[in-house]
Amino acid sequence: MTSIITNNERPLSERPILETPFYPSYKHLIQNDNYEEWAGYTTLASFADVGQEYFSVRNTCGVYDLCPMIKYDICGIDAERYMNRLITRNVKKLLPKRVTYTVWCDDKGHIIEDGTVFRLSATEFRLCCADRQIDWLMDCAIGYDLVITEVTDAIVGLAVQGPVSCKILKKTGFDGVEKLKIFQLESFSLNGYEVMVSRTGFTGDLGYELWTNAINAADLWETLFKAGKPHGIRMIGSEALDMLRIEAGLIMVDVEFMSCFHTVKYDRNRTPFELGLDWVVDMNKGHFIGRRALVEARQKGLKNKLVGIDIDWNKRADGALIYNSENCERQIGEVTSALWSPILKQNIALAYLDAPYFEGNNDMWVEVYMHRECKWEREVYKCRVTEKPFYNPDRKKLTPPLDL
Amino acid sequence: MKQYDAVIIGAGHNGLVAAGYLQRSGLKVLVLERNDHIGGATTSISRYEDFTYSNCSYVCSLFRQEIARSLELYKYGLQVIPYAGGAQIIKNDDGSYDAMGTYWHDDANRRDLERFSKRDTNAYDRLNRDIIRQCKFIKPLLMRTPADPTSFKPRDLMELLYLGKRFYGLGKEQMHETMRFYTMSVADYLNEYLENDALKSYLAGGATVGTALGVYSPGTAYILLHHAMGDLDGNVGAWGFARGGMGAISKALNDSFLAAGGHVRLNAGVSNFTVEHGKVKGMQLENGETVKADLVVSGMDVRRTFNAIDANELPQWVVDRAKNFRFRGSSGKVNIALDGLPSFYGIPKDSPCMTGDLHISQSMDELELAYDDWKAGRWSQDPYLDMLIPSLVDPTMTPQGKHWMSVFIQYCPYKLAEGDWNEDRKNAFGNHIIDRISQFSPDFKEKVLHMEIRTPKDIEDETGLTEGNIFQGELTMDQLMFNRPIPGYAQYRTPISGLYMCGSSTHPGGGVMGAPGANAAREVLLDLGKRMVP
Ligand SMILES: Cc1cc2nc3c(=O)[nH]c(=O)nc-3n(C[C@H](O)[C@H](O)[C@H](O)COP(=O)(O)OP(=O)(O)OC[C@H]3O[C@@H](n4cnc5c(N)ncnc54)[C@H](O)[C@@H]3O)c2cc1C
Repeated sequence: MTSIITNNERPLSERPILETPFYPSYKHLIQNDNYEEWAGYTTLASFADVGQEYFSVRNTCGVYDLCPMIKYDICGIDAERYMNRLITRNVKKLLPKRVTYTVWCDDKGHIIEDGTVFRLSATEFRLCCADRQIDWLMDCAIGYDLVITEVTDAIVGLAVQGPVSCKILKKTGFDGVEKLKIFQLESFSLNGYEVMVSRTGFTGDLGYELWTNAINAADLWETLFKAGKPHGIRMIGSEALDMLRIEAGLIMVDVEFMSCFHTVKYDRNRTPFELGLDWVVDMNKGHFIGRRALVEARQKGLKNKLVGIDIDWNKRADGALIYNSENCERQIGEVTSALWSPILKQNIALAYLDAPYFEGNNDMWVEVYMHRECKWEREVYKCRVTEKPFYNPDRKKLTPPLDL
Repeated sequence: MKQYDAVIIGAGHNGLVAAGYLQRSGLKVLVLERNDHIGGATTSISRYEDFTYSNCSYVCSLFRQEIARSLELYKYGLQVIPYAGGAQIIKNDDGSYDAMGTYWHDDANRRDLERFSKRDTNAYDRLNRDIIRQCKFIKPLLMRTPADPTSFKPRDLMELLYLGKRFYGLGKEQMHETMRFYTMSVADYLNEYLENDALKSYLAGGATVGTALGVYSPGTAYILLHHAMGDLDGNVGAWGFARGGMGAISKALNDSFLAAGGHVRLNAGVSNFTVEHGKVKGMQLENGETVKADLVVSGMDVRRTFNAIDANELPQWVVDRAKNFRFRGSSGKVNIALDGLPSFYGIPKDSPCMTGDLHISQSMDELELAYDDWKAGRWSQDPYLDMLIPSLVDPTMTPQGKHWMSVFIQYCPYKLAEGDWNEDRKNAFGNHIIDRISQFSPDFKEKVLHMEIRTPKDIEDETGLTEGNIFQGELTMDQLMFNRPIPGYAQYRTPISGLYMCGSSTHPGGGVMGAPGANAAREVLLDLGKRMVP
């Protein structure tokens, strides 16, 4: 028996794009009207200065509103068996109160989505991702005894990230939060309600994510920001987050890959291997959706692959094409995300490269078009394959974190 | 007295497209139209005071933009404005009403869908993706002459190769899917994706338009493409209003043709073609006059075209095929002048959804019952209605503050079981539609100032569309591609040398698309050894 619980009581007349439950709390901090619609919510691309927001995460503590993240609770005696069929990782190895990053594929081994799986208990999982796919989750649940509940609107989330985040959380009232190891989660009681804290994030830094019922949103935000104020806490928007996740070498749906549920062109589908995600595919755990195709794909080898590159010079290479020679004879790849990294002082990018270039033994050139004072200029720079994550500080994993 | 290089029969939009291309390619072209107005099923004619209706076709999406560009229709005033919105009104079990709105923005759209089924919001994305995939396969074929798979001529082989390549290019899985898609019923197809009845009936209803088939009849899934295949300025599946009504399209085509030096004669119905030794020599008009021509392009439907040829000049199987081409009128239309904007249960007064297509069918079973009525020779008790209020977007069609509503009705039979269509029965049909709409609108009736009621019989009488079939023949698989209208004669030619066809009876079929007209012109010019301009 599978069932889905939904609750939606909004009439046609209401504005279809919603504000998040935290929005009223941080509204007064919005200085420039740089909004971004995300999954049906009004969110902020930036509150004020992007550079300041970025550095708050590398220097003190930046907070990002996670409410629009899609969340599914998958509970029941068959939940573990089901999850293991759905995703590429082995959830048998995922202990309760642990979180893992994973992808899931269709039968052809093409990625549907990436996201995180929270194992709340032996029989309860929460799947967090960017894209809705309840139809797929339900179709895959045929024959399994479990209940799938979408809790996107019911559960709110805040990412609290940066070197001072642990200290602020302790001051907020999460006693013992410093004991959380990376990818571990724990429930805390705050002002009489429950908050789940997971040591997770999308920034590649020390950081936590707070989850609670939507009705507690205002109080959680107030309490957190009161405690954080002396320590440089600030709200950040998606532009800063994007810089942080590129430095961390993390991929994004609709940027590095498109869900195979949305591709019209077949050759746009991606396997986990092409994204360099071999490490999330457990071929030894038994059958899972897409396994057969992935075994075949692994044997065939890769035509191209996502890698990190480092580019000479200092201009971001957004959307640039990559060539085998300085006079741009043959295209061998393309940039998906690019950034001048303020902390590395490096011009980095995520890029797809054809074989054998992704092995990293050849020099390559990227062709960059720049709009400078209303004039387009073209430059060609040398680039090379480099290690990912680009930025990977020790404090990300250090437990307990330094008490700054 | 031979004055013209080519004579086009019928100033329907396809005839005008063909005329425009031929004239610009250097021929002297005459168009003969039976009516006192141009346009065929693409007209804007006032029937009441200062109100203008799109009398037959009412929304535009399929019209090929390459035609608009090459014939410079913008110069002659054509503006197609995309519309957003739309709603499916839902009657709840407790008698209350709700509406499922359609929005331009994906997330906004999803928000409203998920009030009814969370699952369907995602499934709908997948459905749309699969339909777009089918569109991508078929769309490039619209502006190409269909290959004859039996001819073995180099150009047919090349075209078959092109088709084959495209088909194999689909990949194994999609090839299977395509075969299924072309043969399934729309109900079965939608059931594979969706669970919510309102959404399904909203989509399925559209797939019965112009076709005397029910939502459970095999072959109807394909008709979904006719709604998704068009595009406006690159927005696939978008529909728009022609400013001033659909007649603006024929008017622009007509003016473009005249500006290029062409001639149109109204009230000049053709009664039969003159054929000598298998060659067309001209035609006889209904007024007894004769017009000579060695090159004739007929924009009439296939039945009418072949009826106008002495059967002695035709192979018997061609006579049979023309007779057996399925028309089966099944659609009606009511155009209503309104004394102000009506309100609908479930739709808030200022909802942006009002500017789109409004629907009231509750389920696919209801739609199937509507089809049963047609089979029994009655208009549907609870028909599928496609309702739009163009005056919300277009300021030129009604006096300020007034509105007009276009109501397309599926099903209405060409032949009634109770007897021939007459004024009383026609009015009863119109009133039934008003009553039906009033079940969903408290103030509709009191706002009605005038209505133009069009049964399949009226549509036939006015436009010459046989049995009132809106597409000049049903768009089912057996009547498409190299089988449209007659196998062996799908390339716009006929067994009569010099006589061509360019109406919606030819590939790729009905709808205000212009593609048959443009393709036919290309074939004519090919035979003349001339290049199509532009
Ligand atoms: C009620 C209705 C609603 C529709 N809604 C839409 C819509 O919203 N969107 C859409 O894309 N399509 C719609 N269609 C379909 C579309 O209008 C037609 O498929 C298209 O207009 C047909 O164009 P045509 O040029 O091929 O033929 P026609 O428009 O039928 O033109 C044929 C012309 O030939 C003339 N003619 C006939 N016999 C003779 C003769 N003996 N001598 C001289 N002239 C003759 C006729 O008078 C007519 O002008 C609708 C059709 C109808 C009837």
